[in-house]
Amino acid sequence: MIAAITENLTGIGRRVVGAVWRIGHGTRFLGLILFHSGTSFRRFRLTVKELFFSGVMSLIIILVAGMFVGMVLGLQGYETLKRYGSESALGSLVALSLVRELGPVLAALLFASRAGSAMTAEIGLMKATEQISAMEMMAINPIARVVAPRFWAGVLAVPLLAAMFSVMGVFGGYIVGVVLIGVDEGSFWSQMQSTVDFRYDILNGVIKSCVFGVVVTAIALFEGYDAPPTAEGVSGATTRTVVESSLAILILDFILTALMIQEG
Amino acid sequence: MERTTLDLWVGIFVVAGLGALIVLALKVGNLGTYNVSETYQLQAYFSNIGGLKAKAAIKSSGVLVGRVTDITLDTERFEAKVTMSIDKRYQFPKDTFANILTSGLLGEQYIGLIPGGDEEVFKGGDVVKKTQSAVVLEDLIGKFLYSTASDKK
Repeated sequence: MIAAITENLTGIGRRVVGAVWRIGHGTRFLGLILFHSGTSFRRFRLTVKELFFSGVMSLIIILVAGMFVGMVLGLQGYETLKRYGSESALGSLVALSLVRELGPVLAALLFASRAGSAMTAEIGLMKATEQISAMEMMAINPIARVVAPRFWAGVLAVPLLAAMFSVMGVFGGYIVGVVLIGVDEGSFWSQMQSTVDFRYDILNGVIKSCVFGVVVTAIALFEGYDAPPTAEGVSGATTRTVVESSLAILILDFILTALMIQEG
Repeated sequence: MERTTLDLWVGIFVVAGLGALIVLALKVGNLGTYNVSETYQLQAYFSNIGGLKAKAAIKSSGVLVGRVTDITLDTERFEAKVTMSIDKRYQFPKDTFANILTSGLLGEQYIGLIPGGDEEVFKGGDVVKKTQSAVVLEDLIGKFLYSTASDKK
């Protein structure tokens, strides 16, 4: 009986210590990336190549998703606003929810599941097939050559993708609200422009997506670099990337929103 | 260093992303519509501002002419001191009325300027003397109840 309890307790303790250990290790890894990122700017072509794989290849999913999210917002927003006779506020509803929340958060979630998981699997496999060790053997620093360019590509890609997501969402809301339902076009745009503030809404959204970009890419790269060099290890690491970065995005979103609202 | 199609795609990606930011700033946000023009400051004292907030609109004949920049409580007069920044293109006579109005029944509150007939116009830093406070719904209901009660006597 007592043996079972102590066993459980030690199990919990071991998991907590393990988690804290991993957080510390991940932070040190982020520091290492920043320390070795000179190469990604001196040989900018490396970063451009990764920007192609993580950014350009995510374009389709981001644009289509943004469009449909905006269309749903337009439809649902219209149904609700109609009850209060303020359909003209549809523009500001769609734009504010996209620019402040949905754009940064959904773009980062999509980026994490599309590009983040691919990064983890790629680096995990490079490690499993001993390409990373081979680089170290040739006195090439794998963090500078493989990890840091991917990091900067992700950090650059996420804010750009979030901005495109928001624009496509506003366009989708415009199509549903103005073209299909028939909300007045002038009040759609003018209400939007009078409520969306450049500094308070748009810049804060960009700051959010920059933070998400750093966190998502750092988690993906760390999980890949830290993965056990087996097939099972890589698959587990890919799963962990998606789970951890999704949770990190949603939790950070709450914290950042709380900070920004107090400031404003 | 030769150019590749990959560079082209990344270029398109970056340009599209920055373009999206510009569209957000100019078409969705208010950067293109207002913040560029020069402004002058006016002050007005209100005994009650209701739900007026900083950044609220200032309109004259329904046209947006400025924004509320600051709201503080003046502890000498115990009235709300509202600082407004008005577009330089619009000059108002010295006997202009400043009223706190509500757009629609439940909409947000804004300041309406009703120009008088004075020859002189406001300069930066002037105080609007003629003001009318916000209509507070509770006061209105209270007055209504009071008057109906006294009618019945």
